[in-house]
Amino acid sequence: MFGWEFPPYNSGGLGVACSGLARHLVKNGVDVVFVLPKNIPVSSDFMKIVFAEKKPGTFFKTRMVETLLSGYIDPTGYRAILQKTVNREGKCIYGATLYDEVLRYSELSREIAQNEDFDIIHAHDWLSFSSGIEAKQVSGKPLIVHVHATEFDRSGGNSVNQKVYDIERKGLRKADGIIAVSNYTKNILVQHYDVSPHKVNVVHNGVGEENVLVDKEITNKLHNLKNSGTKIVLYVGRLTLQKGVDYFLKSAAQVLKYDKNITFLISGSGDMEKQLIYMVAKLGISDKVLFTGWLKGAELIEVYRAADLLVMPSVSEPFGLIPLESMMNGTPALISKQSGVSEAISHVLKVDFWDTDEITNKILAVLKNDSLQEHLSNEGEQEVKKINWHEAAKSCISVYNKFCFQT
Amino acid sequence: MASVCFYFQVHQPMRIKKYRVFDIGNDHSYFNEGAETDLNNKYILERVARKSYLPTNRLLLKLLEKHPSFKLAYSFSGVFLEQIERDFPEVLKSFQNLIKTGKVEVLSETYYHSLSFIYSQKEFRKQVYEHMGIIRRLFGVTPRIFRNTELIYSNDIAKTVEMMGFKGMLAEGVGRVLDWRSPNFVYSAKGANKCKLLLKNFKLSDDIAFRFSEKTWKEYPLTAPKFARWIKEHNGNGELINLFMDYETFGEHQWEDKGIFMFLEALPGAILEYPDNDFVTPSEAIERYQSREELDFPNFVSWADEERDLSAWLSNPLQEDALSKLYDLEEKVINTKSPSIIRDWRRLQTSDHFYYMCTKWFADGDVHKYFNPYESPYDAFIAFINVLNDLKHRINSSVEAKQGRCRV
Repeated sequence: MFGWEFPPYNSGGLGVACSGLARHLVKNGVDVVFVLPKNIPVSSDFMKIVFAEKKPGTFFKTRMVETLLSGYIDPTGYRAILQKTVNREGKCIYGATLYDEVLRYSELSREIAQNEDFDIIHAHDWLSFSSGIEAKQVSGKPLIVHVHATEFDRSGGNSVNQKVYDIERKGLRKADGIIAVSNYTKNILVQHYDVSPHKVNVVHNGVGEENVLVDKEITNKLHNLKNSGTKIVLYVGRLTLQKGVDYFLKSAAQVLKYDKNITFLISGSGDMEKQLIYMVAKLGISDKVLFTGWLKGAELIEVYRAADLLVMPSVSEPFGLIPLESMMNGTPALISKQSGVSEAISHVLKVDFWDTDEITNKILAVLKNDSLQEHLSNEGEQEVKKINWHEAAKSCISVYNKFCFQT
Repeated sequence: MASVCFYFQVHQPMRIKKYRVFDIGNDHSYFNEGAETDLNNKYILERVARKSYLPTNRLLLKLLEKHPSFKLAYSFSGVFLEQIERDFPEVLKSFQNLIKTGKVEVLSETYYHSLSFIYSQKEFRKQVYEHMGIIRRLFGVTPRIFRNTELIYSNDIAKTVEMMGFKGMLAEGVGRVLDWRSPNFVYSAKGANKCKLLLKNFKLSDDIAFRFSEKTWKEYPLTAPKFARWIKEHNGNGELINLFMDYETFGEHQWEDKGIFMFLEALPGAILEYPDNDFVTPSEAIERYQSREELDFPNFVSWADEERDLSAWLSNPLQEDALSKLYDLEEKVINTKSPSIIRDWRRLQTSDHFYYMCTKWFADGDVHKYFNPYESPYDAFIAFINVLNDLKHRINSSVEAKQGRCRV
């Protein structure tokens, strides 16, 4: 399996998904060789859990690759990292551009594929598709590509990066089977990548046990804010175009016209951060919008629990774990209909990401009606239990079985 | 002898349009959705009239003329009649023609198809009288039998209804109340023994209303002779078969291309093939048949869902909150003496608004089994609460205006 990152070192849902899936595969008796970039540390907590949970006789091992790639990197981000690395180390074994590095990564992967014994190759997202193809070529084993996000999601539909798109297309074409994280994503693959719908299996992500990894005290730093009587509306996620945070802020300004006693928390970081801070100032609501930076672990759980409502305004969200994490912590969610998770849950409020009036309407409805907030919270907490990695892993195994052990 | 008693519920709510927080204080028209969606009352009524009311009325008129002993009964909600009178007079005319035959009984109910009995007896009575008024005005008849919203029933309702002078009432033949008894007799209500009870035979009623087009049903396809035979088989162990259903069964819930009209057309003739069978209206049924026993309904029952209780309208905190907030306004609303405020408050009482807020079916993942014109029960709640807040503004400004006038 070509994966990207492990909690708690992940920067987004991809790492959560790869690790959640890997853990439950070994729990179900699947041997896993997990290939990941060396620059990502492997948490000992995570390994402890994997080994505690895996089915006896099943093995799980990680193979590190010397690369600068990471799950969400883009060409600009790569240039910056490369520059820093060159400055620090003075030498350069890495690719000159992101695409060179992807190529280099796939060559390194070939060596791994030659030395390891496996029945199927499972590659997560485009950065590892080339590796998957290489592995398939040297081993002759079937390739499953797992699509967590497409270039269409990342770019919000505008200025699709042609090179990335080509790599994605090639991976989808060369793959024996495709797993998409939602029907929403499946439709994008069919519409924009010319993929046959029959080739795509939808496996919804799970949610849950990564919170088990965090066993620290909840400190209640937000207590003072809560005690002042203010309501908290929360955004959690990367601050990128794909996530629609700008729509959320426009709506925040509208909401504040109706009720001043509301604080908006923006938790996350990303390439739009400066732009968003500027926008907040321009909207004249900088006293009501707090940027917390990237939170994880206990701190993140704390803000989930303190919030009255979580908003996921994504322009295009292949799945969307954040609302599920929020619901697990008893905080209701308002989510964009342009998301995979919206097809999997009912006890949430749903809006079109562009409909800021409706976002405002629904934020105010939750904050003003305890009955609505409580019902969403109680029912949501129950509902989210049904969406777990165990089910996701079982679905993946049935996809594997379609291609493995064929004579 | 087995008499068949047909009764159809004819109702269309005034659905609340997409009404947002921005509209509060600015827009006081709650029921006039303009877009062609399932919240547009006129648009829906046009569709249902074309697919169901008009063809079914035509067919039934023909059948009443063809079979002199064929009879049936309707219960029209006031909000329905108001809408057809304003927008579809030809539909009203076709119902009037049916009632003119003298073989069609019209039942009483609350004008607003409301849950008012549960919240305010005073309001309940007013709505029953208002309904009586529109029935007299449009059809020239006075109902003698009462049928509460969605067949909601309990001992207490029977007592009130008896005091209001009704001779009988309709209810669901709920298994947990009937126990070993059959719904195919007339019963009397506990604590109100002058009020006779007609109980829905839910097996046979639902065979038509719900199972008619269901291919996996072992009796599919249902034909008129087969159905008539089932009725005849009750001879000797029942006197009365009460077939109660939504009128939209014909053409809207069960489609024409599935043969529902052909079935209906053949049914009266097939039933009358057996000389022991005939048709009665509810009034005739309670005159002809003695009450077999007193039935005790201490708790509310209804004809809705598997549960046959109030859970479709009143099982989650959203529904409870919306209903109690609405009825809490009663005194203030009435005191405004403003006809438009009182009318809108009553239109908000229609049971459908609360049905759309029901979340119980999410539990079985069977979200699509139940029709909801809103995208989710939460959207229904939000629109309702926003409207209620606007109504509160209107009440307050009406009170202020009155106080202002007093000072002059």
